[in-house]
Amino acid sequence: MATFFGEVVVAPSRAGLDEEEEAREETPEDREIRREIEKKRYGQRGEIRKGEIQVLWSCAEESLVCSRFIVAIGRNAAAFLSSFILDSVCWEAIGVVKLWNEWCRTSSTTNVLPTDSFCLFYRLISDPTVLLCQCSCYVAEDQQFQWLEKVFGSMQKKGLQVTILSTCPVADYKTQESTLTLVSPFLKALKTKEFQEQVCCPLLEQPNIVRDLPAA
Amino acid sequence: MFIPCDRGGGSAAPDFKGFTLLMPAVSVGNVGQLAIDLVISTLDMTKVGYFYTDCLVPMVGNNPYTTAEENSVELSINAEVYSLPSKKLVVLQIRSPFIKNKYRPFCETLLSWVKSSKCARVVLLSSSHAYQRDDEQLLGTPLRYLLTPDLEKAVGGRMKELNWKEMEKVAAYPGINDTDKVLHIPGGGITKLLFTESCSEGIQMAVLLKFCSEGDNIPDAFVLVNYLNEWLQLIKSEVSTSNNSTDLSSQWKIPSSWRLLFGNGLPPALF
Repeated sequence: MATFFGEVVVAPSRAGLDEEEEAREETPEDREIRREIEKKRYGQRGEIRKGEIQVLWSCAEESLVCSRFIVAIGRNAAAFLSSFILDSVCWEAIGVVKLWNEWCRTSSTTNVLPTDSFCLFYRLISDPTVLLCQCSCYVAEDQQFQWLEKVFGSMQKKGLQVTILSTCPVADYKTQESTLTLVSPFLKALKTKEFQEQVCCPLLEQPNIVRDLPAA
Repeated sequence: MFIPCDRGGGSAAPDFKGFTLLMPAVSVGNVGQLAIDLVISTLDMTKVGYFYTDCLVPMVGNNPYTTAEENSVELSINAEVYSLPSKKLVVLQIRSPFIKNKYRPFCETLLSWVKSSKCARVVLLSSSHAYQRDDEQLLGTPLRYLLTPDLEKAVGGRMKELNWKEMEKVAAYPGINDTDKVLHIPGGGITKLLFTESCSEGIQMAVLLKFCSEGDNIPDAFVLVNYLNEWLQLIKSEVSTSNNSTDLSSQWKIPSSWRLLFGNGLPPALF
């Protein structure tokens, strides 16, 4: 592809699969980089490996009975829960997710600052089947499936209703008019056909989609 | 991998024995996927299930083929299966790219599902970088086909009747040795892997591909789906009375999800 200035560049394909990547031979530099990453991965004992996810529960039960699970993904959604829902009287912290990737690393402490990257679980003291998750860290593409399997795998689902809260930039919203004139912020929802209750806002119209962990 | 939709009444999983599986490769310009969208939308195919897989980037949205308020609220995810029993056709649509290093496991699982569901043959719609064509490929049709040996026996003759062009092999070591020829499909995503695996596993597979570049690939999708239709006759071609040619482009139904592919409306304040 020729750019505006006349130089020819290889444009990344929307297809997303660079077969050349797979066939390329390793240079000495590549080998060195790979060795350093391996050293970091298998570093200190007890350290989590890159790409791996650990779900650590502080409660005694082997699997948690859950009827309502509210998941807040991203800093804004996590902050919403901190500001309006969570408090130390009604909710107790019962678990964390430990992971690291190129963007962030979470720790096993439940005592976090709003600016930290964390993924914490809380339980409503008055009804322990109501669980809440605040996930302000970025869960990478190749970790999302693992996150799902490990978190939902720890639960005994009892008529489970899951509510996912997340945010997207207004600029990503596809609409006939310009987003400049849109009144924001605004709410949109997606629901499965099993969800029979009233939704509090309009449904997400075509051709908009949701990606990453909320989609997973 | 394949999870059937629960259609209620305890219905059994759908039977694809003897069906043709039509699917896209995630490739340059996403042409295969756009062509599959046209097939599903035009034939008004019913969703029968999806693939539960960790190999594709997750995404979810509302029904991309919605035509009215009533059918707009069904959720749709990254790998879904549609069927049209009257034409013995089952279609897989893939809506997101592969997660790094996951395309091989996906191909293996897909081919073993093809074998276990006893599909008669697989038709893969794909594309390849137009800029990698050699001098001869620059002339003539940009469409190519490939057949595995098992399918060659069955339909090779039909391809000759249709005057289709087989995808050329290229020299493995250009400039050094021109006798060793290999199949090379740059920008084709998993096309080459699926095709070579199908050859060695005795699966009947046809690949239909178009040379194209990234950009507005809607016209490429129409060309590819018309190419497919020459063979499979999914929709009837009506001869246009004005210029006496068979122009099918108006008979394919564009899905509602193709709206706003190139951005939103412009802010009036810009002018």
